[in-house]
Amino acid sequence: MTLDLFEKFNPILNEYNSLPNGEANPFTVSMEKVLSPTTAIINGRETVLAGTNNYMGMTFNAECMEAAQEALTALGTGTTGSRMLNGTYNSHKRLEETLKEFYGTKHAIVFSTGYQANLGIIATLAGPKDYVVIDADSHASIYDGCAMGNATVVRFKHNNPENLDKRLARIRRDDPKAGILVVLEGVYSMLGDQAPLKELTKISKDHNAYVLVDEAHSIGVFGETGRGVAQEQGVEDQVDFIIGTFSKSVGTIGGYCVSNEPKFEALRLVCRPYMFTASLPPSVVASATKALELIANTNLRSKLLGNSMRLNRGLSRVGFEMGTTGESPIAAIIVDDQNTAIAFWGEMIKEGVYVNLALPPATPNRLNLMRCSLSAAHTFEQIDFMLEKFELVGKRLGLLEEISESALA
Amino acid sequence: MTLTVDEIFDQICELIKPFNKKNVTISKDTIFSVDLELDSLTVMDLLSEIEDEFDITVPLNILPDLETVGQFTDAVQKLLANK
Ligand SMILES: Cc1ncc(COP(=O)(O)O)c(C=O)c1O
Repeated sequence: MTLDLFEKFNPILNEYNSLPNGEANPFTVSMEKVLSPTTAIINGRETVLAGTNNYMGMTFNAECMEAAQEALTALGTGTTGSRMLNGTYNSHKRLEETLKEFYGTKHAIVFSTGYQANLGIIATLAGPKDYVVIDADSHASIYDGCAMGNATVVRFKHNNPENLDKRLARIRRDDPKAGILVVLEGVYSMLGDQAPLKELTKISKDHNAYVLVDEAHSIGVFGETGRGVAQEQGVEDQVDFIIGTFSKSVGTIGGYCVSNEPKFEALRLVCRPYMFTASLPPSVVASATKALELIANTNLRSKLLGNSMRLNRGLSRVGFEMGTTGESPIAAIIVDDQNTAIAFWGEMIKEGVYVNLALPPATPNRLNLMRCSLSAAHTFEQIDFMLEKFELVGKRLGLLEEISESALA
Repeated sequence: MTLTVDEIFDQICELIKPFNKKNVTISKDTIFSVDLELDSLTVMDLLSEIEDEFDITVPLNILPDLETVGQFTDAVQKLLANK
């Protein structure tokens, strides 16, 4: 027992304090200037951004910026109100209409972030007598949605249909009439692996469960019109709720849920993370609306996935241990030792490449990852620059063997 | 056929073995986070094994109250009784 509320943080503070100082500290870095979706000035140096989630390069899209600027001038900097009180403008409704068209659904609700969309939908839909069944590798916002709600929470092995089936069968055996919500992700962000939605939705439906798919990392990236993995795998009619975010492919901030459930609109009256927070500012709403239109009508997917394949192949070729395959926009190498991973990050930033250092518990299987998320806006020159630096640092830190003169010849 | 608390305890000890990297002697007072140095993710993985071993649903909700192997054992016994 202690009076000190901060004592519990000592272990993590100790770890934090042992990190390198200065430029090589991954948690104190900031961008002096952002030059484009893929470049910034960091520590006075022009740096290639290799881990932004800016999959479509939308942050500097001329049409999106123009729409945002117009809305800013016409409607001001913010709404200063919740969607329930003063915070719904026509443009918020138009954005929801755009989402409905994009997904071909009857309903759409916009939240202020994707995190809040997960909190709100999961915590509200599944009540005290219901069950939420989640993948073990779910994003923090899904775990937090479960923690915020009152439902019984059950976890199944990552992407494992048989393991899910067992759990659903047990719940049904003990509680034949319970409401069940199965929560999946289209693409798991750390390693870019897709959920086998055909199998998982079939099993869920066999047990009379609802299915929610978080497509945060797949909107714009997969599916014929960029709707995500459910579209790519042809199972949209088996999915009851799709959650997404504007903070990645859409290039701004905000979250949403779309559905065909007849009573879906009821959520506006009961979902606290929707009701008790301010709505998105008009400029954000305008650029999100424009970006959705662009994503539906332009195909940047092949460019993006081509970029990712180039980086994945290149990293694998020089001998890194890969966490990813190149079939998603993610490229991640595995670094066995955590301190080497931290040092790797520091060397990369000094060489002018900003990658993501991803450490447990945010990673699956306790992996230390140097993770890149590619953009359709990256050029092949930038990707080859990343590859050159990865190889250089890999050799410097002894992760790759020096290539002998004879092998080069 | 109902299992006794001791039988449940023994079965749980068996399941803990692969997670017990330092070969700590397990008692009912063994604390997962301290004595076995298991992080919360590993405890969840162990819980998954327990679900399949006993064919029960162990809600994640009860995890915060389960610090020791003994508490785990009692929880499993209760869940088996309600099956
Ligand atoms: C799977 C998943 N869901 C939800 C979110 C949250 O999105 P947002 O940034 O809009 O809060 C993220 C982003 O990190 C995510 O990866």
